[in-house]
Amino acid sequence: MTLLNWRWDFTWEILPRLLLATGKTLIAAGLGYAIAIVLGLVLALAQRTPYRALTMIVREIVEFIRSTPLVLQVFFVFYVAPQFGVRLSPWMAGMIAIGLHYASYLSEVYRGGLDSVPKGQWEAAISLNLSTSRTYFRVIVPQALPPSFAGMGNYLVGIFKDTPILSVIGVAELMHAANSVGAETYRFLEPYTLVGIIFLGISLPAAGGFRVFESWMRRKLGMS
Amino acid sequence: MDLREPIDHRVAGRASLALYLQVRIFSKLGKDHGMSYFEFIAKYGDRILSGTLVSMMLTILAAILAIAIAVAAGLMRMSPNPLVRGIATLYIEIFRGTSLLVQLYWIFFVLPLFGITLEKFTAGFIAVGMNLGAYGSEVVRGAILSVPRGQWEAALALNMSSGKRMLRVILPQALLIMLPPWGNLLIELLKGTALVALIAVADLTFQAKQINATTYLSAQSFGTALIVYYIVARFVITPSMRWLEGYMKRKMGRA
Amino acid sequence: MTTEDLLTFPLALQGDHVPMVSFRQVSKSYGSLTVLDSLDLDVAEGEMVTIIGPSGSGKTTVLRMLMTLETIDGGVIYIDGRPLTHMPKGIGLVAANSRHLRKMRSNIGMCFQHFNLFPHMTALENCMEGPVNVLGLSKKEARERSEQLLAMVGMVDKRHQHPSCLSGGQQQRVAIARALAMRPKVMLFDEVTSALDPEVIGEVTNVIRKLVAEHNLTMLMVTHQMGFAKDISDRVCFFYGGRIEEQGTPEELFGNPKRERTQQFLRAVKEAV
Repeated sequence: MTLLNWRWDFTWEILPRLLLATGKTLIAAGLGYAIAIVLGLVLALAQRTPYRALTMIVREIVEFIRSTPLVLQVFFVFYVAPQFGVRLSPWMAGMIAIGLHYASYLSEVYRGGLDSVPKGQWEAAISLNLSTSRTYFRVIVPQALPPSFAGMGNYLVGIFKDTPILSVIGVAELMHAANSVGAETYRFLEPYTLVGIIFLGISLPAAGGFRVFESWMRRKLGMS
Repeated sequence: MDLREPIDHRVAGRASLALYLQVRIFSKLGKDHGMSYFEFIAKYGDRILSGTLVSMMLTILAAILAIAIAVAAGLMRMSPNPLVRGIATLYIEIFRGTSLLVQLYWIFFVLPLFGITLEKFTAGFIAVGMNLGAYGSEVVRGAILSVPRGQWEAALALNMSSGKRMLRVILPQALLIMLPPWGNLLIELLKGTALVALIAVADLTFQAKQINATTYLSAQSFGTALIVYYIVARFVITPSMRWLEGYMKRKMGRA
Repeated sequence: MTTEDLLTFPLALQGDHVPMVSFRQVSKSYGSLTVLDSLDLDVAEGEMVTIIGPSGSGKTTVLRMLMTLETIDGGVIYIDGRPLTHMPKGIGLVAANSRHLRKMRSNIGMCFQHFNLFPHMTALENCMEGPVNVLGLSKKEARERSEQLLAMVGMVDKRHQHPSCLSGGQQQRVAIARALAMRPKVMLFDEVTSALDPEVIGEVTNVIRKLVAEHNLTMLMVTHQMGFAKDISDRVCFFYGGRIEEQGTPEELFGNPKRERTQQFLRAVKEAV
């Protein structure tokens, strides 16, 4: 069995390098997610304004981003921005592309959460004469968040798993490091397998942790 | 995406407006580089078309594989045998817990070390199909579980074998429930095929990359590819899934 | 309704006996369905008016319009003499802007069929929300006011509970306290007992009885409980097809209904019980 080809000394040699790159992957995922969380809310709220033209344009943008491949969007941002005179570093372009991509996903999660708040809550807020912004931030959003947690958790894990795509424009994350190891040593078994194990070792506990957090949050808000 | 929203003239109108704006922007950009968008299409249209066909082929083959895996793994997850259940769970967790790109590279670069060498096109659709199959298995399982308990009991009361119960009574009903989420999964699958460009399969993304590398017309090459993916997702996959749903509903007398 | 039509309405009602609530030729329709057909209705300060009628007769729409939850297709509503969803501009009335709406809304409080308490806030927080964030009271003042009102509705012990821990009757009592905490001049009760189990209806009606007896609030109530309406109303309006078919004191309307539709309705209600 060629599985015996696995070289432990080589594994230990490259592991620190891969773990260092894992740190960068986590940073990339975290930054991208931070962008997506805020921008997603903007995209979701923009679709609830009374301006129909704005709603329709934002809707179409979200659909477009959601139904086209992230890898192409990464290329597009990285290579097209200079045509408009904006020179972006691979990190910048990567964060913009992945942030925008997941913002469109999260906007759908928020939209579902906002729609799940009963109409009576809006009416009660009007009857108490709360302003629109207060109604959103004191009444509607706190209730829209718990139903959104499951989706938000899924997409946090999802953005983490999509960071390898950023390697195509040279963002030095985990996949990029594994590619470099492979190119230098012509050994692919250990680096790619390790990358798989590292991803598994982070995304599975994260998904489980999010489920625990979700139920805790629901209890805390008295909505269970 | 709400797959039930009917495509009407407004959607088509919006899409053509978007296309028109893109064309205008690109032609303006193109002129700066001495080439209008129409000249660009005339020159590179063939390659974009051939890339699109490769992407479509990949999508169809990967979809067939994904559906087969999804049904098998979904049913295995519900098996009373813990070993069968365990194998399915392991498969699903591994493929959902790591990235498609990692899986693709592993299948293409590492499997040969085990004596399994796949041609890059084959490695491409197998990776995408296996990945989406893992996600699909959860959809299959969820749909089967959501068939009302009474249907199982009625089939049992008719003394059907467990295989017959599943095949004749439960699956047809589950199929209708799982069609809308499968529409979304197929779009994810189409997007996933774009990654095979990274192992040099000449799909749409690969062609766009090549054209960009030789012409530096980044907005035109990548933009055109994005629009093609969008059209396939929104005006081919989504409407056909909706048609299929309507057809199934009619067939099952639920129209 | 065109601007010219609005010119026929006064910018404000003046005189010695300005009604607290005044509907002037108010109309509302959804497509071809007319919900309110040129309604005229005055409610004096401190008066308790109950609206009864078959479903679809427009009775809930009257309350929802007063709370500005529904738009008005025609006519003008005046609250304490001032137009509610219109405002004076030049010589006539125009549609109100949001500032005018918010100012006018502060006169009105409402209780809903399904309570609509905020589920992520405790009973006390529900009551304090408006006073703190809209009226600008300090937390201390708002807390005192809210606790006082929760005590009045008999819910002060449960003030730190979330709505999900309260029964329907308890939730509705908190909702009444929440609305009163805004010190409205007009209170609206929209089928507040319809979603309750029979055994807890009494605890809510008792609170409303107490309000009628001890406070000089102007109240409009939509209800299906004829006995309750008879007990506490100053006046009962029977709605049919978007207009007031008949109105009068409870004794007149329940004891000696003059219109045939009223008689039919009351007979049907009696048979159902």
